[in-house]
Amino acid sequence: MTTLVISSIGPASSVQDGGRPGSQRYGLVPSGAIDRLALAAANTLAGNPPFTAAVEIGPFVATFTARGSAVRFALTGAPRNADIAKRPASFDSSMTLADGETLTLGFARGGAFSYLAIEGGIQGEPVFGSLSVNARAGLGSPYPRPLQAGDELRVAAASSATERRIELPAISDAPIRVVLGPQDDEFSDETKKLFLDSEWKISATSDRMGYRLEGPAIKHLYGHNIVSDGTVNGSIQVPGNGAPIVLMPDRGTSGGYPKIATVISADLGRFAQIQAGRGFRFKAIGMAEAQKELRNFVQLIGALPDRLRDIENFDLNLEALQDANVAGSAVSAIDTHTWETKTWHVTTPD
Amino acid sequence: MAAPLSPPRLLPSGDSAITVEFSRHIDDAASQRVLALDRAIARDAVGGVTETVPTYRSLLVHYDPVQIGFDALSEKLAELAGQPVPPVAHTRRWRIPVAYGGEHGIDLEDVAKTLQTTPDDIVARHVAGDYRVAMIGFTPGWSYLSGLEKFLHMPRRQNPRLLTPAGTVSVGGVQTGVQCLAGPSGWHLLGRTAVRTYQLHREPTFLLEPGDRVTFAGIDAKTFAEQDRAAEAGEIIAELIAS
Repeated sequence: MTTLVISSIGPASSVQDGGRPGSQRYGLVPSGAIDRLALAAANTLAGNPPFTAAVEIGPFVATFTARGSAVRFALTGAPRNADIAKRPASFDSSMTLADGETLTLGFARGGAFSYLAIEGGIQGEPVFGSLSVNARAGLGSPYPRPLQAGDELRVAAASSATERRIELPAISDAPIRVVLGPQDDEFSDETKKLFLDSEWKISATSDRMGYRLEGPAIKHLYGHNIVSDGTVNGSIQVPGNGAPIVLMPDRGTSGGYPKIATVISADLGRFAQIQAGRGFRFKAIGMAEAQKELRNFVQLIGALPDRLRDIENFDLNLEALQDANVAGSAVSAIDTHTWETKTWHVTTPD
Repeated sequence: MAAPLSPPRLLPSGDSAITVEFSRHIDDAASQRVLALDRAIARDAVGGVTETVPTYRSLLVHYDPVQIGFDALSEKLAELAGQPVPPVAHTRRWRIPVAYGGEHGIDLEDVAKTLQTTPDDIVARHVAGDYRVAMIGFTPGWSYLSGLEKFLHMPRRQNPRLLTPAGTVSVGGVQTGVQCLAGPSGWHLLGRTAVRTYQLHREPTFLLEPGDRVTFAGIDAKTFAEQDRAAEAGEIIAELIAS
């Protein structure tokens, strides 16, 4: 039996895959990886279908040890310093951990969530077709909760496949694109302009349910209570205090606050990776453009295997690693105090 | 000839969902139109629709824009929503046992005081109601019921509780409901049921469907304890009295 033993891991880390859509009419939210492209890229490197279950790692340090045999894996998403038995390990590449070796990950920099995909996936019992953790509903496998030190993931022994790297499109720092609505008519034109023209920051109290935004107060025209209606990933709801909340994959399936706009699907992962405290802006686009971007995004994920490259020589790798180590000295102090899993004590049913 | 139905508002919820809004308020006619559209989409197997989420006043339609665009789907939904609401051939009707008051319904006494009546009267009125599952949402199995008599309408609590027990039966605003999982709530807790509206590894996992009818029956705390054990073992407990 081969296992990946988690010797240490921070909060906000869990097993996630493509999620379990189809039961939202019963109040069960799909969950799933917060950054779909990073999940798909990690799995592609590991030789898996794109939405295979992987470890979504929150911004804190984590260590993984192979037991029983070698384990082939890939890291993507928020970059960090990483090493295997003091050898630097690279992101956006597949690698193999020999039996007994430990992969050590530092704090995330330039993002929030990293993905560790393992060749052959993670063994577990899917519920509604998914291993994704949804702690509120007691769902997820092999553990129906965020990961903890001491957890063991049953995985496959490494194959002898050649190691690969993947060339991903550069991550844009352009504004996060939204489609206005469904309740933008609950806000005045001036308020909508304020929402779109202001700089926003993600609050430290954010989690997989929702990202709270810090910026100017967004005032409602007719009060903050609407009769509950359905939500989607990326719904930007505005509660009574005027501080918008962007709903994330563990959101409630319905909510009773007006929703001024919705983050487009293609930008959700990029939005999720904005570090707490860092400024960003929104930009409204039309439906046709949003749907075109989604189709492009779906194509990008489908064509990830075309972006795989053999790792020709060590020099190339070394260069990337040196860059990583230089930037690694800039680990943000904000990280260590943010992203704690503060579960849903603020939200109540409507 | 009946007056034509007012067209719903078709509101974009991002690039992959449309909110079909029939009303801005909780109203029974809107709820019936929501459920009728939900059935019509299922009946016609509308291409590109991936799932639907009924609420009191709107239907959220998730779709795959690779298969169908916003304009084409809006047109189809408007057409279906404009059709007269057909009578429902079969409605499932459930009777759900509830242990009212005491430790299981810690707000019953206060609700009675506020409404200037007795706890028994509150229970009698709640049990006499004929409810419909208008929506299931927020957390798995949380069933929001329409049909609460006006006398029992009450503003929600000023300070929502951070944790209320699984199986709580409560009232809030013009609604009553059964919550399946323990969690926060700003509603007034009248009692508890052993019925799990959501239970993994049980067939069916989700007991209630939007549109189902529900009535309640009062039971004592001892019966609740027995039923709770049976429910834990996978029994449904709720009684299907018509289907």
